[in-house]
Amino acid sequence: MADENARSAVIWKDALVAADLIAVDPAGLGGVVLRAGPGPVRDAWLARLRAGLPKGAPVLRAPTDVGDGELLGGLDLSATLSSGRTVAQRGLLARSHGGVLLVAMAERLAQTPAAHIAAAIDAGEIVAERDGLTICSEARLAVIAIDEGLEEDDRPPAALRERTAFQLDLRGLTHRDLGLQDGDQPRPDITAARSRLASIITPDSLIEVLCTTCAALGVGSARAPLLALKAARAAAALAGRDVISDEDSALAARLVIAPRALHLPPAHAPDDEQADAEPETPEPEQPPEDQDSDQSPPNQPDDDKGDVRTLDDTVLEAALAALPPGLLAQLQANAQRLRAGQTGKVGEAQNTVKRGRPIGARRGDPRSGVRLDLLHTLRAAAPWQRLRKRTVAEDIVRPSLEIRRDDFRIKRFRDRKQTTTIFLVDASGSAALERLGEAKGAVELLLADCYIRRDEVALIAFRGVGADILLPPTRSLHRAKKELAALPGGGGTPLAAGIMAAGLLADEVRRKGRTPTLVLITDGRANVTREGLGGRAQAQNEAGIAARSIKAQGLRTLLVDNSNRPEPRAGQLADDMGALYLPLPRANSQMISNAVRASAPAAQAVRR
Amino acid sequence: MARPFPFTAIVGQEEMKNALLVAAVDPTLGGVLIFGDRGTGKSTAVRALAQLLPEMKAVEGCPYHCDPARTAGACPKCSGDSKAKIASHMIPVPVVDLPLGATEDRVVGALDIERALAHGEKAFEPGLLARANRGFLYIDEVNLLEDHLVDLLLDVAASGENVVEREGLSVRHPARFVLVGSGNPEEGELRPQLLDRFGLSVDVKTPTDIATRVEAVKRRDAFDRDPAAFAAAFAADEERLRKKITAAKKLVPTIDVADETRRRVAELCVALGTDGLRGELTLLRAARSVAALEKAHTATMTHVKAIAMPALRHRLRRNPLDEVGSGVRIERALIEVMG
Repeated sequence: MADENARSAVIWKDALVAADLIAVDPAGLGGVVLRAGPGPVRDAWLARLRAGLPKGAPVLRAPTDVGDGELLGGLDLSATLSSGRTVAQRGLLARSHGGVLLVAMAERLAQTPAAHIAAAIDAGEIVAERDGLTICSEARLAVIAIDEGLEEDDRPPAALRERTAFQLDLRGLTHRDLGLQDGDQPRPDITAARSRLASIITPDSLIEVLCTTCAALGVGSARAPLLALKAARAAAALAGRDVISDEDSALAARLVIAPRALHLPPAHAPDDEQADAEPETPEPEQPPEDQDSDQSPPNQPDDDKGDVRTLDDTVLEAALAALPPGLLAQLQANAQRLRAGQTGKVGEAQNTVKRGRPIGARRGDPRSGVRLDLLHTLRAAAPWQRLRKRTVAEDIVRPSLEIRRDDFRIKRFRDRKQTTTIFLVDASGSAALERLGEAKGAVELLLADCYIRRDEVALIAFRGVGADILLPPTRSLHRAKKELAALPGGGGTPLAAGIMAAGLLADEVRRKGRTPTLVLITDGRANVTREGLGGRAQAQNEAGIAARSIKAQGLRTLLVDNSNRPEPRAGQLADDMGALYLPLPRANSQMISNAVRASAPAAQAVRR
Repeated sequence: MARPFPFTAIVGQEEMKNALLVAAVDPTLGGVLIFGDRGTGKSTAVRALAQLLPEMKAVEGCPYHCDPARTAGACPKCSGDSKAKIASHMIPVPVVDLPLGATEDRVVGALDIERALAHGEKAFEPGLLARANRGFLYIDEVNLLEDHLVDLLLDVAASGENVVEREGLSVRHPARFVLVGSGNPEEGELRPQLLDRFGLSVDVKTPTDIATRVEAVKRRDAFDRDPAAFAAAFAADEERLRKKITAAKKLVPTIDVADETRRRVAELCVALGTDGLRGELTLLRAARSVAALEKAHTATMTHVKAIAMPALRHRLRRNPLDEVGSGVRIERALIEVMG
């Protein structure tokens, strides 16, 4: 408990420092992704930020569903109509110039407004052509993206997270934690710091230290060290220093680089032989092997990266120390998200026309089973009324509102993808018949579970010389049971062929807009090549290659090792395919199905 | 107007810079696709290119900035009988952003709401495609673009003309632009149809070399602190490169390719098994641009080699079991063909 309190105190202190740094250099630092629900903690933080900003600096709020017009500005329609001449209206971004723009519920912010905000942060101005007006105005601002997302994959758009210096997570704090820091320290003089900012001297080695730290933690983007540098400079200004000190850079590493970390610094030289041979799949390096046992960050300096010996340990250590417990899981989630291409929600959700969260309207025919968006339809029809009234012949009774086919707008929705679980079962002789039976049973139990969630299930078995899709993706439990009952066993183990078949099916499933999950039940021993020939070494080798292609796909995978003793080859295979490894010797159906079910949510967060 | 980061100040990423220059020299090449991680300078390079390009002559007041010297392919108004003297002015080459999630209306153009409301008039308000005519259309995160927009872009890119038949409007106008797309392949693959349309494709990676990264951050920081002074320091380089592009643009149509070179290029494409003839054609044309930039009179295999990777990379058939990337395959084939 005491640990918990101390930890909260540190988080809050850092959060306050971040608020002050933003106040010193809003445009340079780009802003904050603030993970916090509504409440006193968030209010206190925002109050602190507001207090630091220069007098009269704007603090504006953009709603989640902010439109282009509101953000960028454009024609002031009512003023234009009433005055009879073009009246332009400034947008939120231009009006936030010199201050901050709060984005409420940023995790629900759509890509387009996010792209506009990102462009403003990048360029410090907005240039747009809208409504026949050329809009060009300065927009140097910080964005406070308030993130109320509950799930790990429910985050603000990556374009914003990339450009804001800080990522704060205040969810664990209560108002009691606030008192710990307030009052016992004088508020720093932010105005003075701001005026000092331009004259702060940057030591030559600093940029190198920050870049090296980023490299050690797997942070590839060039924006990270740049933002860290600016944070360090603001920190120096805040502390009244003329030169950026080690303390400032350590702070910057902790606040800017640590939240972006993808992996811990390698404790041993990474096997980079293949890195050059695989330009198509730039994967983050694997976290070190001893991850499950060792929760505390190792302190080995990064000695093995060739010429990188200038690494300033204090900076890296500061970054490492800022990594919270449970971060290993987070790191892997980060890495996996990267690998799976699901930075943010992209790829997880799909646009549909029938159900889900509404994401606006588009022109369309409402007859084909989609829903009419009345408001947008009326809005589309409105400008035409004068024209249409003019063209209708006199003898026709005119409706007071004329709506034509062109005006119809249909609602669009964004829907969560449904899951398709692909079972890949080793039905060869090496999986003893008895265990094969248990595997079948487990699959059936899981099917019942999948059925409840309205998910689809597919089954591929490999034996003899190849793999067969015994059950194409289906929701029918009945059909699945029938197919499973007829599952024949025996013969060689063409593991590579099985994995390839599963990969192809997963790809197909993904193209249909569903999210595939693979459950592989095997002992990891292959003895038949893809050509259907014998040869253990070649077969094993091919299985490894196929497994790596699964990893490249970013497929969520669970490997159930059903051999009597945990089989190193199965573990290796799980590593190769980026799968969660589950050794289940002497497992019965219930055990297997429980394990698969229990690991289903964890399979998202924790992967080998 | 804020100043973009100077093109010549971009550290490393030679392949990307080279491809952009080649596409600028020959706008008919089909544009550039830039795939890579975030924060590798993709957007910076495209925006930097915009300010680097020499200005062009355009008809004053024409929403499509038609070329006064060429009536063929101009918009109806500019290509109409124009015995009268057309006023023209110099404008910067347009680089138009197509933001992700842009509506169809904004892309192709739509009814001018203001005029419809205020005057009851039916008038066309040109969209992004009109503004991009004779310039560049830049799509960040092109791989996440919605399908119906992709179809639309493919259509326009192929015909060089935007046809609008909607809301009682019937408009067609020229829309010839260099398509520049960027994205992160890990966030989604590009549809094969669109992939093939890009003339060149480059992969940008985060530089692994610390010195390069340090230099990049250093320059960006210097630029952020004082953009004017930074730009001034690179002004001479920028001007030199601008002249080089202008000269190359003039030179390109005159550049010869020896039959032997053509044969080798064909051999290269056969060895790599690229689909269709687009690979050969693009590679030869790109090689001409490379030669023009180097002020050569003939495009040789050296020039082919310099641009083979971006011209062919995205045209190879994917083999999931092949762990060797397309880059290595091209390199091997090049070595074989070059002898």
